[in-house]
Amino acid sequence: MSAPRVSAFVALSTAILRGFVRDRSSVFFAVIFPLMFLVLFGGIFSDQSQSKVDLIQVGDVSLVDNLPPDARAAFEQTFVVTRSDDLARAIAAVRKGDADVAIEMQGDTLVAHYTQTDQVKAAITQGALQAFVDGTNVALSGRPPKFDLTAERVEDDSLKTIQFVTPGLLGWAVAMSASFGAAATLQGWRQSKLLRRLQLAPVSTRTVVGARVTVTVAIALVQMAIFIGLGAAAFGLTLTGSWWMAVPLLVVGTLCFMALGLLAGALTKTQEAAVNAANFIVLPMAFLSGSFFPLDGAPGWLQAVSEALPLRHLNDGMLDVMVRGEGPSAALIPIAILATFAIVVTLIAARLFSWESS
Amino acid sequence: MAAIEVVDLTMTYGDLRAVDGVSLEVAEGEFVGILGPNGAGKTTTLEIIEGLRRPDSGTARVLGERVWPRNPRLLPRMGVQLQASSFFERLTAREQIHTFAALYAVPTAAADAWLERVGLVDKADSRVEDLSGGQAQRLSIACALVHGPEVVFLDEPTAALDPQARRNLWDLLSGLNDSGRTVVLTTHYMDEAEVLCDRVAIMDAGRILECDSPAALIRDLDAPARITVAPGQITLEDARAIAGVTNANEGAEGVVLTTREPATVVSYLAQHDQLDGVRVQTGTLEDVFLDLTGREYRA
Ligand SMILES: Nc1ncnc2c1ncn2[C@@H]1O[C@H](COP(=O)(O)OP(=O)(O)OP(=O)(O)O)[C@@H](O)[C@H]1O
Ligand SMILES: [Mg+2]
Repeated sequence: MSAPRVSAFVALSTAILRGFVRDRSSVFFAVIFPLMFLVLFGGIFSDQSQSKVDLIQVGDVSLVDNLPPDARAAFEQTFVVTRSDDLARAIAAVRKGDADVAIEMQGDTLVAHYTQTDQVKAAITQGALQAFVDGTNVALSGRPPKFDLTAERVEDDSLKTIQFVTPGLLGWAVAMSASFGAAATLQGWRQSKLLRRLQLAPVSTRTVVGARVTVTVAIALVQMAIFIGLGAAAFGLTLTGSWWMAVPLLVVGTLCFMALGLLAGALTKTQEAAVNAANFIVLPMAFLSGSFFPLDGAPGWLQAVSEALPLRHLNDGMLDVMVRGEGPSAALIPIAILATFAIVVTLIAARLFSWESS
Repeated sequence: MAAIEVVDLTMTYGDLRAVDGVSLEVAEGEFVGILGPNGAGKTTTLEIIEGLRRPDSGTARVLGERVWPRNPRLLPRMGVQLQASSFFERLTAREQIHTFAALYAVPTAAADAWLERVGLVDKADSRVEDLSGGQAQRLSIACALVHGPEVVFLDEPTAALDPQARRNLWDLLSGLNDSGRTVVLTTHYMDEAEVLCDRVAIMDAGRILECDSPAALIRDLDAPARITVAPGQITLEDARAIAGVTNANEGAEGVVLTTREPATVVSYLAQHDQLDGVRVQTGTLEDVFLDLTGREYRA
């Protein structure tokens, strides 16, 4: 690069960056808004997976009262026990949802009263109580159990909600700021005739596009730093080995969403319409790509749709390398898919583009 | 070598012939104005010459170089102020002109000097969105001139300027022209064209109707002079009787005499001591303009 081109590139990048930083609503939607979701998901919902079953013990329940110490500890991991002497009141409490289950002894039978309202808890309750009854039976038989079960979670012990939501929300945040930025810049510059004015200046299209891309990528990396920093500092986010592969992943993802933004800009006539079009593409895509909640429970056809969306691959790739502990190579296929998307969409946008707004 | 050579340009938008066979040659160091009603095709013509639009037919060359397709060798030698202000969003006036200076590899000191020259030092730290229309216009002109171009195109540079800023800009533009630069501007102000331009091209409906010096255009129009005599000085009857007067009418400011021999009429009035409040108007560029383009509104 010759000297004037470097200075032109630096001047353009600075001008674009200043324009972004001084635009409160852009900064809000790129950084603050997604961070609000991070705080919401990371802070409020983080306890949900560990929420215990409220159990009311009516009268003496020898099975529970006489548990050996280690079994007792396991029991209390699952249940929060309150005692009561009034069976009718206890059942009413379960029915109203104030408690999850009421237990009593009828002779040698442990009777559990529960509702099916919360199916997950109902299943946990049934399974756990059955296990304690079986365990006690085995213990009473005096013979050592023949089979043994050791359950080990595949993820890191500390894997919490924050681990899952950070990569997805980061993907959404980057998708938003990259596509909005590209759409708004293209339309804004076209409306204000700045695009024409730049055509008359001795700078190549490459320099102009390069400056815009550089600024957007830099913004994406800052978003990443803020997300990881806040997640780690406030919610105990821990990254796994090859998290740094998220950087190239994010860079290619940014290009891909800039291309979508360009497409939105090329298809529309005003700046507002361009940003709305970008939003119309990105928001549903974020839902379908698991940015807000995992798609494991979604029907097959939805999963198939999701596989066709670039954000899905960005999210998956980032999950793999940032929190699932996969090796660096896990990011390669998502990078390839995102790059292909970026190229194809850019070509389409370039075909549809015109310098004029009318 | 001519600074600008334009041969037979045409440009249509759908059915509309925005530019219809325009030819124009501008010598180096010449100051040329393009006058014409709204929609005459002035902006379109300029944009073709600047290389922003591709004409349907015809050729344009600036400083001997082709303008289309985009010619990077020519761009630094050309300064353009577009009709609509075109700025980077949310930058201050100073940041704006510094950015343009950097695009042309001009030192920032030169950019600051231009801010001063267009009287925007006080507004240097205001964002472009907060500038008044005239201030934005001045900034836009400064950005067009910051790299010292040899050929300057200005599309209605004095629209929205107050009288002070307009006169200051006139001085600035004559100064540019005196230093040997070629200037082409469009304007709706006849006085401006008369004061500044070596030659004026009058355009309507995509065609150049006349192109000559203001003085020559006025001479060729050969319009009668109008002499206004203050009320009460002379009766209509007496006025019509004066030798050389072709017509006389009662106007708001007195009696208006129409004549082709203003000298004879004025000396008659002097002899009869009726010169108080007399105003003599000969043909103006505006008369030429209206004579050529008519009085109907344009679309
Ligand atoms: N992009 C466009 N698409 C369609 N028609 C256009 C376009 N630009 C200009 N025109 C039409 O071409 C004609 C010439 O426009 P142009 O802008 O050159 O006029 P002008 O002489 O500069 O007018 P003004 O004094 O108002 O600036 C007008 O009738 C205008 O409506
Ligand atoms: Mg115009």
